Amino acid sequence: MSEAELKHIAEDYKWGFADDVEPELKLKGLSEDVVRAISETKGEPEWLLEFRLKALETYFQKPWPTWGPDLSELRRQMDDFYYYVKPPVEGERRSWDEVPDEIRRTYEKLGIPEAEQKVLAGVGAQYDSEMVYHSIKEELEKKGVIFKSIEDGIKEHEELFRRYFAKVVPPSDNKFAALNSALFSGGSFVYVPPGVEVEVPLQAYFRVNTEGFGQFERTLIIIDQGAKAHYIEGCTAPIYTTEALHTGVIEIVVLEGAESRYTTIQNWPVNMYNLVTQRALVHENAYHMWLDGNLGSKVTMKYPSSVLKGRGARSEILSIAFAGDGQHLDTGGKLIFAAPDTSGSIVSKSISKGEGRSSYRGLIKVPQRAERAKVNVECDALLINEASKTDTYPYMEIASESASVGHEATVSRLADDQIFYLTTRGIPEDEAAALIVRGFIEPVAKELPLEFAVELNRLIELEMEGSVG
Amino acid sequence: MKQTLEIHDLWVNVEGIPILKGVNLTVPRGEVHALMGPNGAGKSTLGKVIAGDPGYEVLRGQILLDGEDIVELEPDERARKGLFLAFQYPVEVPGVTIANFLRLALQARRGEEVALGEFYGKLQRAIETLEWDEAYVTRYLNEGFSGGEKKRNEILQLMVLEPAYAILDETDSGLDIDALKVVAKGVNTMRGPNFGALVITHYQRLLNYIVPDVVHVMMDGRIVKTGGSELALELEERGYDWLKEEVGA
Ligand SMILES: Nc1ncnc2c1ncn2[C@@H]1O[C@H](COP(=O)(O)OP(=O)(O)O)[C@@H](O)[C@H]1O
Ligand SMILES: [Mg+2]
Repeated sequence: MSEAELKHIAEDYKWGFADDVEPELKLKGLSEDVVRAISETKGEPEWLLEFRLKALETYFQKPWPTWGPDLSELRRQMDDFYYYVKPPVEGERRSWDEVPDEIRRTYEKLGIPEAEQKVLAGVGAQYDSEMVYHSIKEELEKKGVIFKSIEDGIKEHEELFRRYFAKVVPPSDNKFAALNSALFSGGSFVYVPPGVEVEVPLQAYFRVNTEGFGQFERTLIIIDQGAKAHYIEGCTAPIYTTEALHTGVIEIVVLEGAESRYTTIQNWPVNMYNLVTQRALVHENAYHMWLDGNLGSKVTMKYPSSVLKGRGARSEILSIAFAGDGQHLDTGGKLIFAAPDTSGSIVSKSISKGEGRSSYRGLIKVPQRAERAKVNVECDALLINEASKTDTYPYMEIASESASVGHEATVSRLADDQIFYLTTRGIPEDEAAALIVRGFIEPVAKELPLEFAVELNRLIELEMEGSVG
Repeated sequence: MKQTLEIHDLWVNVEGIPILKGVNLTVPRGEVHALMGPNGAGKSTLGKVIAGDPGYEVLRGQILLDGEDIVELEPDERARKGLFLAFQYPVEVPGVTIANFLRLALQARRGEEVALGEFYGKLQRAIETLEWDEAYVTRYLNEGFSGGEKKRNEILQLMVLEPAYAILDETDSGLDIDALKVVAKGVNTMRGPNFGALVITHYQRLLNYIVPDVVHVMMDGRIVKTGGSELALELEERGYDWLKEEVGA
């Protein structure tokens, strides 16, 4: 990307500022030594170091994907990233006052402490490679809810951690899951005990500050029987001319009769490669919702998946992608029906603007044993300009004869007659376009908590400024 | 300040084909004018051109709103100056509720926030006049509406936005007699010294309920005859052919 293009894009991206923070430790390049150094800094048990080293081998063995977005520039840069950057904060803090000023101010600009006060049950804040802040409301802690950094999860709840860790997404799942397994740092460990309902969301916020850096958060969430929780993640970074990498792995276990939601509002700058693996294991009569909002990044490859493991398990995958100039967002979802009487749906709404490209990629597997499974897939694409692109790759493997399967896909263009109709009422053209886009994603956006829906609307308005006419 | 909507010698092409060929028309505030004429005469074209549809090419002429030429203005600017077009074919906008959209429109026209209380007050009064169900305002704009519901929704917007000038394009088509009466009641509540309207219709029927002060007849892109409300009755009785011969169109 040229300086001029970057400047143009940076004007619209108000989170593109960088802090003047000197890291305590920076590890460059992809090697066994770096993996050992990460593990040593964290004071990890031996089994985990071995796990990491084996995962690194798996990463090197696995080929680069031959499908999906172009990763060639990323590939060239793989030896030059910083793979671990430790901010100058010792351990995560439970009070914002203990977080260094410069870093705290960044989270304040992002509105995190304010949201925590008003609408959240707990917040985890990651800065480069480490969680610098993690806190949960006392009454939830008293009920036995655990909400900690992944590091503290390992240290303080090793047995519980080990029972589920890497069971939902093993390192061999894909090349980037292997990379994360070797390098992971930060992310959350969440456990909600049986029957406990966490009514307001827990939020994790991922901030990148260092240039040429790869962030590898790892999150493990266990919702025990009949419990309920909603986890939200958000992210931003400064804009640099060089590429950046974010490769997370999210594992969720939803036990019998439990209900969980995982919401992502991804707003990385357009130099970020965002390659994330998210999977939930949904047990008997349990429910899981993925709400995946992708607005930022240069390339995103992300297909939240649910494995419906127990009878009567249900899952919904709701996806919004907004690709502008210089962006290719390859998103969608996967549903694996592994038991009878399961049901699941994918609703994907993508918007492509300027020369942006959004792709829907979905996988539905209904083997014979998934009797009476119900599947519904709907993917709709909206193109704003002539040069905007969209494509769909809906894979379906249906073997169960008693399954009911629905699939619908539409592509539409921002219609002149809609714009004219709205403008004749006095609404300026940009706002009319934003209103149409908001209406387009409404079936998904209405599932967001109010504050996040408002934020999403604001982001869309910013995106739509000067985009038509 | 002049209180009229004036069209002067308006010439309009669509894709190179002349549609309006020198239209002259003046609607003062305080009056309701009817615009009649056979299918294809150019009535809807005139309505859309006044509202600022970018799909039409204005070759010549003026559109004066209270004395100011608005030909170069965008549709939203014209609306904020007090113009309103009730569409012959209202457009569907999925996912956008009537209430949300109308409040945004009202705020855009006023250039300031409109309190929820005031907004819902206006909305409720309009709904009552139109004998409509309140549940409609939480539905998505025209999505899945019948022809009649769409027309009622246009008049709801008219009543909430309270423009200085309204153009109603075949608001009567597709309405049964009860709906027609209700829609007419809505328009009639708007009548007063600060409101002028141009009611485009094909039939006399609507004009029994919205009695016009003046009737214009358009043929082949021109206003060929102007008269009182009795002209509408005459057209109903005799059709348009005699007029064609009279004006040599
Ligand atoms: N967008 C358009 N493209 C092509 N032709 C058009 C368009 N709009 C109107 N016309 C033509 O202009 C003429 C007048 O149409 P219109 O204004 O809709 O007439 P009316 O409303 O009086 O029935 C018709 O011949 C119609 O086919
Ligand atoms: Mg017409």
